[in-house]
Amino acid sequence: MIKIVKYVIVDILRNKIVIAYTAFLLAISLSIFNLEDNTSKGLLSLLNIILIIIPLVSIIFSTIYVYNSSEFLELLVSQPLKRKNIWMSLFAGLAISLSFAFCIGAGIPIILYAASSTGFVMLGMGLILSIVFASVAMLSAVMIRDKAKGIGISILLWLYFSLLFDGMVLFILFQFEDYPLEKIMVAITAFNPIDLGRILILLKMDISAMMGYTGAIFRDFFGTGTGFFIALLVMLLWVAVPAWLSVRTFNRKDL
Amino acid sequence: MIIASNVSKKFKKLTVLENVSLNCIKGECIALIGPNGSGKTTLIKTILGMVVPDSGFITFNGRNILHDWKYRSHIGYMPQIGRYPDNMTIGQVLSMMKDIRAHKEKTFDEELIYAFGLNILLNKRMRTLSGGTRQKVSACLAFLFDPEVLILDEPTAGLDPLSSELLKDKIRKEKQKGKLIMITSHILSELDDLITQVIYMQEGKLVFHKNIDDLRKETGEQKLSKAIASVMIKK
Repeated sequence: MIKIVKYVIVDILRNKIVIAYTAFLLAISLSIFNLEDNTSKGLLSLLNIILIIIPLVSIIFSTIYVYNSSEFLELLVSQPLKRKNIWMSLFAGLAISLSFAFCIGAGIPIILYAASSTGFVMLGMGLILSIVFASVAMLSAVMIRDKAKGIGISILLWLYFSLLFDGMVLFILFQFEDYPLEKIMVAITAFNPIDLGRILILLKMDISAMMGYTGAIFRDFFGTGTGFFIALLVMLLWVAVPAWLSVRTFNRKDL
Repeated sequence: MIIASNVSKKFKKLTVLENVSLNCIKGECIALIGPNGSGKTTLIKTILGMVVPDSGFITFNGRNILHDWKYRSHIGYMPQIGRYPDNMTIGQVLSMMKDIRAHKEKTFDEELIYAFGLNILLNKRMRTLSGGTRQKVSACLAFLFDPEVLILDEPTAGLDPLSSELLKDKIRKEKQKGKLIMITSHILSELDDLITQVIYMQEGKLVFHKNIDDLRKETGEQKLSKAIASVMIKK
């Protein structure tokens, strides 16, 4: 299995998109930290950019990469290799290279300029989000045979997680503002890894005090050790469940 | 060696294989023939585990292949249309396969690589190759690990006459070693002196599986193409 991961990573490095992505992240994070004199302000600006760019690049790149590896997969499936291992190696290769790109691109500036607990939570969330969206991409690529349709679905999923979901939550909040929804809100955030990441990072910053009553509920829940632990667990589920479903589908797929 | 029993497969509504049962024994050289779309390639792919049958099962050396994967180390497969990672060179593909299928203390059978002259093209990228050269790479990969079973899907399609002769010589040589060889082809004349068994498929069904000598006796024809034609007319 390690051998296949090695071939996948070498191939990803050869196509240079991940290297460009690393350079782009590095340029953005360095310029943000240099423009802002206050590191926590810098972190906040970086947060918004990271929460948009990381899911987008992870999901789109992974989906296209899986489709483009169809020849590679076909070649390997006729060889004495376990299908599960082939698929997990592809996932591992993508996850490792995307996390590595994030660590270099955003991790180094964060450690250099903002080596606080907030910085480290942000680093961790960025890493997990990279892997979550690679995992979601694997699922959509294995479920849909048509390449254009698969990539389209991935873009829609990204739109859903970064924009539509928040819109829907706001809509529900306004429609049912007479009811006490604060606790339900905590549960709803579990359905969106981006939101979960954002809340965990924001709560580490002081600005969470400005988030009103819901913010206080969030603080109550996620601010505690157990809350944080549960949130982390939910994030890991977001990695594991799509990956597991995609392995199951791939095991039965006709090539 | 390979036993399939009642294998059926549907792609959506289209039935591609219907209750196909066959028994292949070591040392046989089997021709798998039938019109286009009769399910030959699908049958081969189910044997390789690339297509999972809806019902029925296949055993390899007495073991069900469904959750097994190690049996594939005994098979060399040459696909009809070889698809390879575009930005890898021939040399990289070959060394990757050697690396992945690494087996102990065995030497690789690189005879075909030299016979086809691929050794001087090792730095060419797969996407720049012509269909015939790609086919040569597929052939080399099938024979590289000296497997006990060779499954060749349209091996000579797209090859020039010289290379096709080289490949047939190689198949003959492997046959002498007592390997099980399965070939699909539409060019029946080239199978004449190669095969010992004939499997004829039509519309996903296995019509007959016969020894070539029996077939010749029954039809009174020496040439495989004529024998098959007379069987088809009788039906």
